[in-house]
Amino acid sequence: MYDGWKIIIGIIIFIGIATFPILYDIGKASVPPPEPKIDTPEIQKMAEKKCIESKSFMKTEHMVMLNDWRDSVVRDGNRLYITTDGKEYAMSLQNTCMKCHSNKKKFCDECHNYVAVKPYCWDCHIEPKEEGQT
Amino acid sequence: MSISRREFLKIASASALLGFGGISAFEILQPGQFEASQVMPDSKGLVAKRWAMVVDISRFRTEEDYKRCIEACHRIHNVPDVGNLKEEIKWIWKETYEHAFPGQKDEFLSEKIKDLPFLVLCNHCNNPPCVRVCPTKATFKRESDGIVMMDMHRCIGCRFCMAACPYGARSFNFRDPRPFINEANKLPYDTVFTNGQDREALIKKGHLSFPTRMRGVVEKCTFCYERLAVGLQPACVEASQGGLIFGDLEVPNSEVRKVLNEKYSFRRKPELGTYPSVYYILG
Repeated sequence: MYDGWKIIIGIIIFIGIATFPILYDIGKASVPPPEPKIDTPEIQKMAEKKCIESKSFMKTEHMVMLNDWRDSVVRDGNRLYITTDGKEYAMSLQNTCMKCHSNKKKFCDECHNYVAVKPYCWDCHIEPKEEGQT
Repeated sequence: MSISRREFLKIASASALLGFGGISAFEILQPGQFEASQVMPDSKGLVAKRWAMVVDISRFRTEEDYKRCIEACHRIHNVPDVGNLKEEIKWIWKETYEHAFPGQKDEFLSEKIKDLPFLVLCNHCNNPPCVRVCPTKATFKRESDGIVMMDMHRCIGCRFCMAACPYGARSFNFRDPRPFINEANKLPYDTVFTNGQDREALIKKGHLSFPTRMRGVVEKCTFCYERLAVGLQPACVEASQGGLIFGDLEVPNSEVRKVLNEKYSFRRKPELGTYPSVYYILG
């Protein structure tokens, strides 16, 4: 092998650079998983602490649901949502969702920051005032 | 292998039976499995074929009369006051006669009319040029009631609609409007969809029910679609004390049609063929 030592040194440097992010993180404390909180006064007052649909559905599908709501309200003028168990809700992020989930920082941002998504809801929709916020 | 007509029908009917049977079996074993959530309009909402407004300019005598309407609108829709004419954002505003009706400025026009400010807003045209030019369909005419709407989620801020609108009814957010929304005006909006008690709690928390806009979108009057949907008249109409009349243009005995029947009315730039839905009468 001509210039074998050059090649071997090159390979070692390449492996070093390629595995650097993994090696760098070894032994470091991992980022704790998000723990969204639902202990707002409004939710505490509820007899049955239940969102409009099941928890698992809301967890995985809330973004799809909000998109559907948006199109339904803005474009079709359908403003009421009838859940699978027959209850009626006004389809409004600002007025229905955030009425109960008034803790945006601990409810929305907790997970969104963890998975590094930045939904643009709050560019226009007004978030509820939280304590410690001017 | 070929299949006879008789064989085919047998298989088809058997599988159809199986299909129906399958669903009903599910219904018995797991009720609600195939129930889907539904959406529908609010039953309290006002409906019309084509919403229209009549501006009775004789009812606007003092500065206060104009201000009441403009402030009611701008307050509840969080319209910012940028304080700079170039970046001004307005949904409803005062305009001089010659600007509002440029083709009709006659030589010896009555001084009274010439100097009269007219209240102007989006005309909610029946043939809206802004809708035709919008590349993303962010602005669209609602088929149900003819309101020319904005879907702020879709607006990309290209401003074609502003160029197309012959009435200057559209404003662009050159910068983030939030700092310019008057704090004193940040009163809770009166059509929160919840019941009285909840509303008070929300008001205490400074909760507003109408969104603001963001930098880089175009906005305009929406005929208060969000108020119509819960059974309220538009904010300016409510504040006008009779100066603005609102109703369905397609119903012969509606408020607006009655007024239009009796009085001579005119519209802004009718020669353009946009068929505005805002009419003006001189009293």
